[in-house]
Amino acid sequence: MADLRVTVAGLSLRNPLLLASGIWGESGASLRGAFEAGAGGVVTKSIGSEPRDGYPNPTIETYERWGMLNAMGLPNPGIDEYPREIAQALSAGAPVVGSIFGHDADEFARLAARIEATGVHAVELNLSCPHAEGVGSEVGQDPARVAEITRAVKAAVRVPVIAKITPNHADPASLAAAAESAGADAVSAINTVRGMAIDVRLRRPVLAHGTGGLSGPAIKPVGLACVWQAFERVKIPVIGVGGITSAEDVLEYVLAGARAVEVGTAVAFEGIGVFGRIAAELARRLDQLGVARLEELVGAAHGAAPPPRTPGGGQGYIPTSV
Amino acid sequence: MNSVRTIVEVSERIPETPSTVTLRFSYAPSATPGQFVMVWLPGDDELPMSLSYTGDPKGVTIKAMGATSRHFLSVEPGALVGIRGPYGNSFDLAPRRILVVGGGSGTAVLAPAAEAAARNGSRLVAALGATTERELLFVERMGRIAETVRVATDDGTAGHAGFVTDLVGPILGQGPFDAVWTCGPEVMMRKVISAAEARAVPVVCSMERHMKCALGMCDACALGPYHVCVDGPVFPAERLRNVPEFATSKRESSGRRVRL
Ligand SMILES: Cc1cc2nc3c(=O)[nH]c(=O)nc-3n(C[C@H](O)[C@H](O)[C@H](O)COP(=O)(O)O)c2cc1C
Ligand code: FES
Repeated sequence: MADLRVTVAGLSLRNPLLLASGIWGESGASLRGAFEAGAGGVVTKSIGSEPRDGYPNPTIETYERWGMLNAMGLPNPGIDEYPREIAQALSAGAPVVGSIFGHDADEFARLAARIEATGVHAVELNLSCPHAEGVGSEVGQDPARVAEITRAVKAAVRVPVIAKITPNHADPASLAAAAESAGADAVSAINTVRGMAIDVRLRRPVLAHGTGGLSGPAIKPVGLACVWQAFERVKIPVIGVGGITSAEDVLEYVLAGARAVEVGTAVAFEGIGVFGRIAAELARRLDQLGVARLEELVGAAHGAAPPPRTPGGGQGYIPTSV
Repeated sequence: MNSVRTIVEVSERIPETPSTVTLRFSYAPSATPGQFVMVWLPGDDELPMSLSYTGDPKGVTIKAMGATSRHFLSVEPGALVGIRGPYGNSFDLAPRRILVVGGGSGTAVLAPAAEAAARNGSRLVAALGATTERELLFVERMGRIAETVRVATDDGTAGHAGFVTDLVGPILGQGPFDAVWTCGPEVMMRKVISAAEARAVPVVCSMERHMKCALGMCDACALGPYHVCVDGPVFPAERLRNVPEFATSKRESSGRRVRL
């Protein structure tokens, strides 16, 4: 049986599948449940300094099975209340990544120190939520601020720091590079892709917030390209996120350069059993491919030989005549 | 999963009590009693609502609680609302003799379940409670299918003066029952459970929690190890036994726990 274990940003995971931030992450029982259902580890909901209700409903719009728009608006119980939820996840033995969001480097650093004190194994910086004012991708779209925030957090905590970057940028890899230059231990890519939906009959946006973030299978190609480019640009490990629903998807991300992945929207479409199902599928698929350890494949698609071009070989290649 | 939102026209508005109205609308996806839909009032919020009518036209019965539910009360026929669902599980119609215990608007979800059970040949007794006589919901509707309907009001304007839970023990003492179905405030349901457990009658509760996605994803409706939107809203009481939040706390929109 193939070895699915990976280590990334100081986390030793039994498999590469992390619960993505914002899914099943508000309550400790849910975090624990995701781990028990087969996730290799869990990322918490992004936590801020104060309790925050998020936007009114409608907060989501779904498209059958290919995608989902959300503008939850970062609801969270706040850092004073949240530690007891984390404690429940830790007590189950789950590797826990604490996700935080803030308005500036100081707030990030304070939150990072507070969440580190709960015993989390790493911190993920939400530099990428596309639908909240003054936080998320609004602070995360500027490489200089990404670096400033990452540096402040690195100075405030000992646990590894993961910068989660936005795809809503002309050059997302530059954000990864900025995080690396400031000492980040890993980057995760991607958060949701900004999008919206309008009801024609009502002539109004469907989401209460107007715009939101697209997730699910529709964004897998976007996530893959970001991971690919980040892998070429930085030396720190990359965690792939976006549209994963199968072992094949995981392998695509791993070949593009991801050392681990996060799974979110698939939980809505399939239930929490998705983790156990993908892990089992992944082990079978690696056996089929004759790969002993998943880690061998990290980034393996880079530098692959270009497709064979056999002149006259009947593969549609027409030699240019000079 | 009927997760894609459909805009429908409200076909009928039925005032039920001074604080409660029923809205009827055609919505094709099939539903079973116990399930809920997410109802969006354009320009306002979207709320989870149990179906009080699961056939055609479907219906939801809304009690004015917060700002949005108050706005729903003034929705007129012809208005457009967004519907997605139905979501969640439903009542198991197997029990042959059922006591239905509804508190306030909790009766909204029990009525279609009781009707389905009656069609299925089950015999029913109903105990319905409200603050005052005019707030009693679906007394006539339940009267059409139940052998007996008992009522209780806090102010004594109709039936037993006091809690509907006071009626549960005596009714269960009068005959063999093989299930109690209840929906209402959690503290009330907890009392129904203790009264029924004393007589070894299993209880099924329909739970209400704050909801956002209704898809088992956002965690807004987390209740112990469950997500009410997919694991419920209908729970056999034994599944709630080890849930410390039941009847003691709920989660606000932020996910913060507050005492009930
Ligand atoms: C309902 C919902 C809530 C989310 N909340 C957060 C959040 O709080 N913090 C964060 O960093 N990402 C959040 N995300 C983004 C996911 O973690 C993930 O990056 C994105 O959904 C892409 O992965 P997926 O296609 O597997 O869902 C959220 C996504 C969804 C769908
Ligand atoms: S409402 Fe989102 S998980 Fe139930």
